[in-house]
Amino acid sequence: MALKLKKNKKQIKGVDDQTYLTLKEERAISKANMRVMKEFERKKRRENVDPSEYLTKMRDPNNVVEFDNLHTFFFTDVGTTRAVNGVSFDVPTGKTVGIVGESGCGKSVTSLSLMQLVQAPQGQIVEGSIRYKATDGKVYDIPKVPMNEMLHIRGKEISMIFQEPMTSLNPVFRIGRQLDEVVMLHVPDSTADSARKRSIEMLKTVGIADGERVYESYPHELSGGMRQRVMIAMALICDPRLIIADEPTTALDVTIQAQILELLRNIKDKINGSIMLITHDLGVIAEMADQVVVMYAGRIIEEGTVREIFHSPKHPYTVGLMLSKPRVDQGVDRLYSIPGQVPNPINMPDHCYFYNRCERAMPVCLGPYPDLIPFSDTHRAACLLYDEAAMARQAELDREATVEDVSAASERGEVE
Amino acid sequence: MDNSSILVVENLKKYYYGGGIGKNRVAVKAVDDVSFSIERGTTMGLVGESGCGKTTVGRTILRLHDVTGGKVSFKGRDLAKLSKRELRRMRPQLQMIFQDPYSSLSPRMPVGEIIGEAVREHNIVPADQYRQHIMKVMRSCGLQPQYFSRYPHEFSGGQRQRICIARAVALNPDFIICDEPVSALDVSIQAQILNLMQDLQDEFGYTYMFISHDLSVVEHISDTIAVMYLGSIVEIGDKESVFDKPSHPYTKALLSAVPVADPDYRMNRIVLAGDIPSPANPPSGCKFRTRCPYAMERCAKEVPVLANIDDGHEVACHLFDDEVAAYNAKVKGDISA
Repeated sequence: MALKLKKNKKQIKGVDDQTYLTLKEERAISKANMRVMKEFERKKRRENVDPSEYLTKMRDPNNVVEFDNLHTFFFTDVGTTRAVNGVSFDVPTGKTVGIVGESGCGKSVTSLSLMQLVQAPQGQIVEGSIRYKATDGKVYDIPKVPMNEMLHIRGKEISMIFQEPMTSLNPVFRIGRQLDEVVMLHVPDSTADSARKRSIEMLKTVGIADGERVYESYPHELSGGMRQRVMIAMALICDPRLIIADEPTTALDVTIQAQILELLRNIKDKINGSIMLITHDLGVIAEMADQVVVMYAGRIIEEGTVREIFHSPKHPYTVGLMLSKPRVDQGVDRLYSIPGQVPNPINMPDHCYFYNRCERAMPVCLGPYPDLIPFSDTHRAACLLYDEAAMARQAELDREATVEDVSAASERGEVE
Repeated sequence: MDNSSILVVENLKKYYYGGGIGKNRVAVKAVDDVSFSIERGTTMGLVGESGCGKTTVGRTILRLHDVTGGKVSFKGRDLAKLSKRELRRMRPQLQMIFQDPYSSLSPRMPVGEIIGEAVREHNIVPADQYRQHIMKVMRSCGLQPQYFSRYPHEFSGGQRQRICIARAVALNPDFIICDEPVSALDVSIQAQILNLMQDLQDEFGYTYMFISHDLSVVEHISDTIAVMYLGSIVEIGDKESVFDKPSHPYTKALLSAVPVADPDYRMNRIVLAGDIPSPANPPSGCKFRTRCPYAMERCAKEVPVLANIDDGHEVACHLFDDEVAAYNAKVKGDISA
């Protein structure tokens, strides 16, 4: 059997579309990566950095966060993965911004970049800025903030609710201790008693009736929904300006999901903060978000208000995504499915990343990556279908093609 | 039962025994008195929250877990009573597709071997046609035949789920249990897999039991739907009656909790309070009463039984006594007339 298989492999090699690296190539890549990563890490670990280096100004004072041409790359042994490749959008104060996309599109990495929590040293913010306006009016450029300074922002000013409440809580400490830790770290002059009071108060805010009992429990004693409530309590305990919710309900049942979404909505009004909601569920986005950002393969392909995105989606990917989700209130015989799969993040093409899956792809799409084209003040999409210059170029190409066809045909004597 | 049913489950029970000895033994009733039947060539959707026993039902039918009580007749034979040898002979006809395509494929086997192992074991096709058969199955599942000697780690989630489907389909089964086959996949890939499963059903006439917590997916693929809560079925019926006229308070809450991808769509959401109770210590009477907005005194004492409120639509709830009586009267009238 083994021999037979070996033979097959040889036969198949010609048709194989996957390329493998040799050991030598791999070693060269990892050596180059090492150099780059060391440089980035050294910059991050500096101490006594002059604040003027990382303090900047906001473009629009109504925003909490502004992402500006953010690039976050992962330097892996098989090549550089461009997880986030030029992302720009704003999070206004008091609003919920939803980020949708399939797994691997860079939505989580975008939010982790904001927290400086990208898996280091492989993952590094290589270009662009993230401006964050703190409570005291200072504006930080997050990628330039050194590590020790970041400790005062992370968890206090910006906090995060993670996807998996099972794995985000430490199983060996009681809930109370894990909550108190946050208070003791971030609230000056806090004592064990005041921290305990604050923790129990917070547990009650997130809808846990017997806060005292939960305070004394271990994570395994709680159900999934309760654990997610604890995670939310932990995120809110320091009154953050911005909450990043990374797939907060994906691991939960629908009835519990409804509870948690309701809770998030109420809490946003209570603390007057902003929420960055990351999810792949369009239903959750429609319900929660004010503004929507659709990402594909590390880039924003469409953004707009929730009504613009859901009522008049422009990019073929957004349209496909909407159609491929079965809906309870509408029956269809056959689901629309986007053919193919997300391209390999290493060796991304120069043209539109959606080209090989797009039903409306044209030869002109093989040109440079399309810019975001505005439809209104808020609605923009990156597709050449809406670019007049590109469409004119495409028409030109079509004309040439038909002329060629006709001349070829006349040569063969088919046209009189 | 009528001949069109391929699988008839009657009073299926599966208890797990926890601590305690003798009389004090604690039984966790994972599946408690579940009955339903599936017609040949159709799909039954089984929905419920995590921990309601829907996966256990699927696994118990296949005898991956032993049956505590009840009958599972597949094509007229009781699977629960088959000996090991007989069961093994039945196995190719009953297949399963598992939830997580990342952990259900052996990382040490090439794809062709994963799909073909059981085919060879059960002598489904003569040895000289083995390779052709596998290639044919792979093609019909949307896998290119040159993937034959690749390993699972080289594939994406959607492709892996196709391998899992191919593995089940390769044995020419009649009945496939799909345990959350698309919940680990992205939306655009989900649609591809659901379409593939429908195409295969149209072509080969498979019968599916589709276990999922995602109501929109179940609604899309199923013909009949059973809603489970804490080990029992609370509502069962054809798709139209369950989704258009959800009757049990739990079904209503479940349906209203599904977020709809339309910002202007506002539904009267029924948000259930609290969590699902522990199956080791379920509430007395109706198991849903602790979270039910309509709970009455009677619910704590009497256990509601599944009864018809309409043709092919059964509900287990005390609220529907009048409807049940009306339906019974109607049926009686029809018979006497």
